[in-house]
Amino acid sequence: MNHLPYKRKELIAEIVTFLLMLVFFTPFAIILLNSAKTSQQIINEPLGNPDNWLQFFLNIYLVFTNRNVGYFPAFFHSIIITSVSLVTIGVFSAMAAWVLVRTKTKYSYLIFMFFLSGMVIPFQVVMLPLVRLLELMTLSTGIPFKDTFHAVVLAYIGFGAPLSIFLFHGFIKSIPIDIEEAAIIDGCSKPQLFFRIILPILKPIFVTLLVLNGMWIWNDYLLPVLIIGVNGKTRTLPLAVANLAGSYVREWDQILTSVVLAALPVIILFLFAQKHIIKGMTSGAIK
Amino acid sequence: MKKKKDDFLMKAATFIVGLILVFTYIPVRRLYYLILEISDAILTKKLLKSPEDINIKNEIDRIRKIYMSTKAYSGKSRFHYRLDRYYIGHTEQAHSNRVFIFFLFPTFTAFSVFVITPFIMGVYFSMTDWTGLNTGHQNFIGLQNYIGLFRDYQFFYSFVRTATYSIMNILVINIVAFGLALLVTQNTKLRNVYRAGFFLPNLIGGLVLGYIWQFIYNSALTSLGGAWAESVLAAGNNEHAMAALIIVVTWQYAGYIMMIYIAAIQNVPQDLIEASRIDGANAYQRFWNITFPLVAQAFTVSLFLTLVTSFKQFDTVISLTRGGPAAIMPSWITGLFGLSNTLTPVKSLNLIAINIYNEAFVNYNMGIGQAKAVFFFIILLGISLLQVHYSKKREVEL
Repeated sequence: MNHLPYKRKELIAEIVTFLLMLVFFTPFAIILLNSAKTSQQIINEPLGNPDNWLQFFLNIYLVFTNRNVGYFPAFFHSIIITSVSLVTIGVFSAMAAWVLVRTKTKYSYLIFMFFLSGMVIPFQVVMLPLVRLLELMTLSTGIPFKDTFHAVVLAYIGFGAPLSIFLFHGFIKSIPIDIEEAAIIDGCSKPQLFFRIILPILKPIFVTLLVLNGMWIWNDYLLPVLIIGVNGKTRTLPLAVANLAGSYVREWDQILTSVVLAALPVIILFLFAQKHIIKGMTSGAIK
Repeated sequence: MKKKKDDFLMKAATFIVGLILVFTYIPVRRLYYLILEISDAILTKKLLKSPEDINIKNEIDRIRKIYMSTKAYSGKSRFHYRLDRYYIGHTEQAHSNRVFIFFLFPTFTAFSVFVITPFIMGVYFSMTDWTGLNTGHQNFIGLQNYIGLFRDYQFFYSFVRTATYSIMNILVINIVAFGLALLVTQNTKLRNVYRAGFFLPNLIGGLVLGYIWQFIYNSALTSLGGAWAESVLAAGNNEHAMAALIIVVTWQYAGYIMMIYIAAIQNVPQDLIEASRIDGANAYQRFWNITFPLVAQAFTVSLFLTLVTSFKQFDTVISLTRGGPAAIMPSWITGLFGLSNTLTPVKSLNLIAINIYNEAFVNYNMGIGQAKAVFFFIILLGISLLQVHYSKKREVEL
């Protein structure tokens, strides 16, 4: 920004931070180095340079063709589940939060508290009965729930709703009601008012929630393992990696490469949208 | 007998189906009226082509009467009258109520079905001898599972380990995160790069992260030889394993907590700092007396977040050590439970979340696992309420 020469204090801060970041990045470096080695070389010299960087592509090929991983199906399942859940959680929670803020009755307060109570329920309390409930719902309605997309997405809406509604609720309270009254006078119906006027205003907090929920859903292990199962047909990326690491305990070349491949899409996405994400995170974190 | 046991579950199912029915009844009835209205409008338009014709006018009135009898405010019954008045008719009240219901419906249903219903079922299951195998045959045994928890020394050990781990973890993460936040809010040239860089590990999920660090601890570090020759995750290294886990979680989570602190530090008004500088406060005083009280709100949030995540820690530990290197139960616990002097094996990173999972899905003691989970919930709720209560006291409002 400013091209003034460094003050001494700032120079020290710059150097210290830079060194710290190098320390933070060493695990990444170690993993990248080792994903370009044969499993024999990984065992012999885990910290050395790889003999041949082309081994990296060979490892990727091995992971792609490994039937235990099923990288491409898992990748697409992850993409579908994450994107559908993100959009539905975002829009539905914003809708719920908006009516909860703008309807001032004791019911809306009670329902808001009802949602908030979900924030303190740890997943461990819910997980055992959830499996049973899914079986029961399949028995009583005939709709399959285990190992399906809609069950996973619905579960994510349920578990993501409390935090999202809480954040939206806080944000919507700060939007002046005059805007809405003006729109109503201009002949806007209530749903139009929400989708054309409120939703665009919610963009910053929406981005924050996309990041928070996105990181959680993309990396989640416990919920998919319960609803989908380790060998389910709609298994996600974390399940695939866990499957590989579970079956080949010593095949570090494939494990590390699959780890890199699982983390890479998110990191690339983050680097592209970094500016928005950091802005959204810092503006939405406190509210 | 079997039917009676499943009674509760059937009630739960009926509740869910009923909930869905109530929510679908309103749109269906609304749709019915809509169709009536449209057909009414079409008929009226067609027939009114020659409004002078008295026969047609009578016909219109007759048709109107038929439709009106089914329309809003027809007063067929008190229930339908109220339903029309408040939910289905054309009044403003009904309109805004409809919006309220439809906008709440998706999240409310998903939340009640996938979170609240299992939670209530869970409280019930914690009082049965459910094993997961005897589906529908579980017996109600009251509080026996909970009483059993107080004799379960493995669970007590898990609890102690989780508490120790959480306290250290909360301290380390918050100190590291706050330090990093102070560093990256300095006027350095690459500060946006630093922010992104420190945040990066947080993008990798707990499970994948565990495998990364398992490799680093077991293969990369041991290859250094010397003092590192034995893996920190090897059996018997009780405290090393926990320190290793704390390093992993700090590496992952500090960047996220850092973001919260950055936001708080940036919100501290610069004129306050300028004023204190003019009044002669040094950097240390400025930090303790101005910055620190003003970011106290961020401390409340971060402490709460780190507390909850440390207590719930699951997938990182699973992939890092599968519950941890084998160790020997500390003598004070064996003494407390009156065990004989034989060495009792334990798993040193068998945190509560893992203990619950194993009890349920490995030992198939779903009832006991569920009781543990409910107990865990109560403890977590109590601790987090206390923490938020005490932290709130220290906050300063601008």
